[in-house]
Amino acid sequence: MAELLPEHPEFLWRNPEPAAGYDVVIVGGGGHGLATAYYLASVHGITNVAILEKGWLAGGNMARNTTIIRSNYLWDESAGIYEKALKLWEGWPEELEYDFLFSQRGVMNLAHTLQDVRDSERRVYANRLNGIDSQWLSPQEAQEVCPILNVADDIRYPVLGGTYQPRAGIAKHDHVAWALARKCDEMGVDIIQNCEVTGFVKDGDRVVGVETSRGRINAGKVGLAAAGSSSLLADMAGFRLPIQSHPLQALVSELFEPVHPTVVMSNHVHVYVSQAHKGELVMGAGVDTYNGYGQRGSFHVIEEQMAAAVELFPIFARAHVLRTWGGIVDTTLDASPIISTTPIDDLFVNCGWGTGGFKATPAAGMTFAHTIATGSPHPLNEAFTLERFETGHLIDEHGAAAVAH
Amino acid sequence: MLLIDCPHCGPRNEVEYAYGGQAHVARPEDPYALDDREWAEYLFYRDNPRGDYAERWHHTGGCRKWFNAIRDTATYEFRATYPAGSARPATGPGPTSHEGVQP
Repeated sequence: MAELLPEHPEFLWRNPEPAAGYDVVIVGGGGHGLATAYYLASVHGITNVAILEKGWLAGGNMARNTTIIRSNYLWDESAGIYEKALKLWEGWPEELEYDFLFSQRGVMNLAHTLQDVRDSERRVYANRLNGIDSQWLSPQEAQEVCPILNVADDIRYPVLGGTYQPRAGIAKHDHVAWALARKCDEMGVDIIQNCEVTGFVKDGDRVVGVETSRGRINAGKVGLAAAGSSSLLADMAGFRLPIQSHPLQALVSELFEPVHPTVVMSNHVHVYVSQAHKGELVMGAGVDTYNGYGQRGSFHVIEEQMAAAVELFPIFARAHVLRTWGGIVDTTLDASPIISTTPIDDLFVNCGWGTGGFKATPAAGMTFAHTIATGSPHPLNEAFTLERFETGHLIDEHGAAAVAH
Repeated sequence: MLLIDCPHCGPRNEVEYAYGGQAHVARPEDPYALDDREWAEYLFYRDNPRGDYAERWHHTGGCRKWFNAIRDTATYEFRATYPAGSARPATGPGPTSHEGVQP
């Protein structure tokens, strides 16, 4: 049988009324907002913090992602932040005293063309130079890792091999959020749900609070961690972000006995698949090309990803789709995030993670908390500020994003 | 599935089209006059509204012409499509702003 889910602790978090003001207000009660508050409190000693969530805790992209965690990115800047995230993930279950089933079952990125092979091998070498576990697998070695993978050479896009990161894996995303919320609450952070930010209170060029659906809340500093809605918030605050919001959808099958022991991603035929702890096959593909806030995606994306999945895994042909859903992702032109100060004093932004924000949750929170607490970037997010769009020092990670955006 | 009304070919399935992002973004008349900030604005900064959005589509599987559309990014309803080079037409009620579709 599939794995049992962990039991909940008896107490998770309070549901307080908002206070008149806080040292720091975090907008967005998803993984990144929670992780930011966690590090503000635990590392920087800033506990007079509120997390404002317009819906319910971790009900946005944190509840909609496919839970994949990996750090096999090409460029040094990305390797730095994603590998830090992976190392933090490895310590988090103990640190947060909560088992969220972090499962280091490995991630395989398949190659289907000669160019894919060359790019993939280059990435393996780049990963190794950055101390990240990474290896190239032949089709036969790939099948040894994932026996249900079809490595026949007579399919439309045969598997020519793949990269493999054994330390990568998946985690139970809801439980991650609850683990963080519990620790934040313990340290005095107020988690305020059903509280939508409707405006910013400014004193000249400085933000001094937010207007919300539950009244004005004063703030020494404000951090935005509201993927999908970042540019709407920036508009309200009076500055622009180089962000486009796109729907990204995922789906799950009914429950099955364990058949899929790792995570398999293919950028070329475009599907990524893992098997959740309970037994669902979890699949995703690319974003819809058009801008959208509708939290639903195009049907042809599902058709194409299913066609790819069935060709790669013929055993899936009889599986039924149980549920599909969509989230809205903040995309940047170089497929890399923004963790930055903004043109408004004391207002900070963490956005632009595109399709890959979940895996980065610990490092996003750690570096964003540092940026908010000190007013300047942590060494790991120095390259990810808004200035790069002016200096031209872009971090082009489309090749490693594994998802078209 | 979006049904997109190409101004030249009529309504077709979205799989026939490629997306081109924001419409009516003019190339700077005097590129040498721009500073880095203004170049960044031209290259990387686009509007991203929730509500009516003027955007470009390419009918790759049909007439292969670019055209413009006004589409509501919250409901995905197309309010108008019109040939490239035409002015943005007036469309019904304004943007749906931050209300409308809830998660």
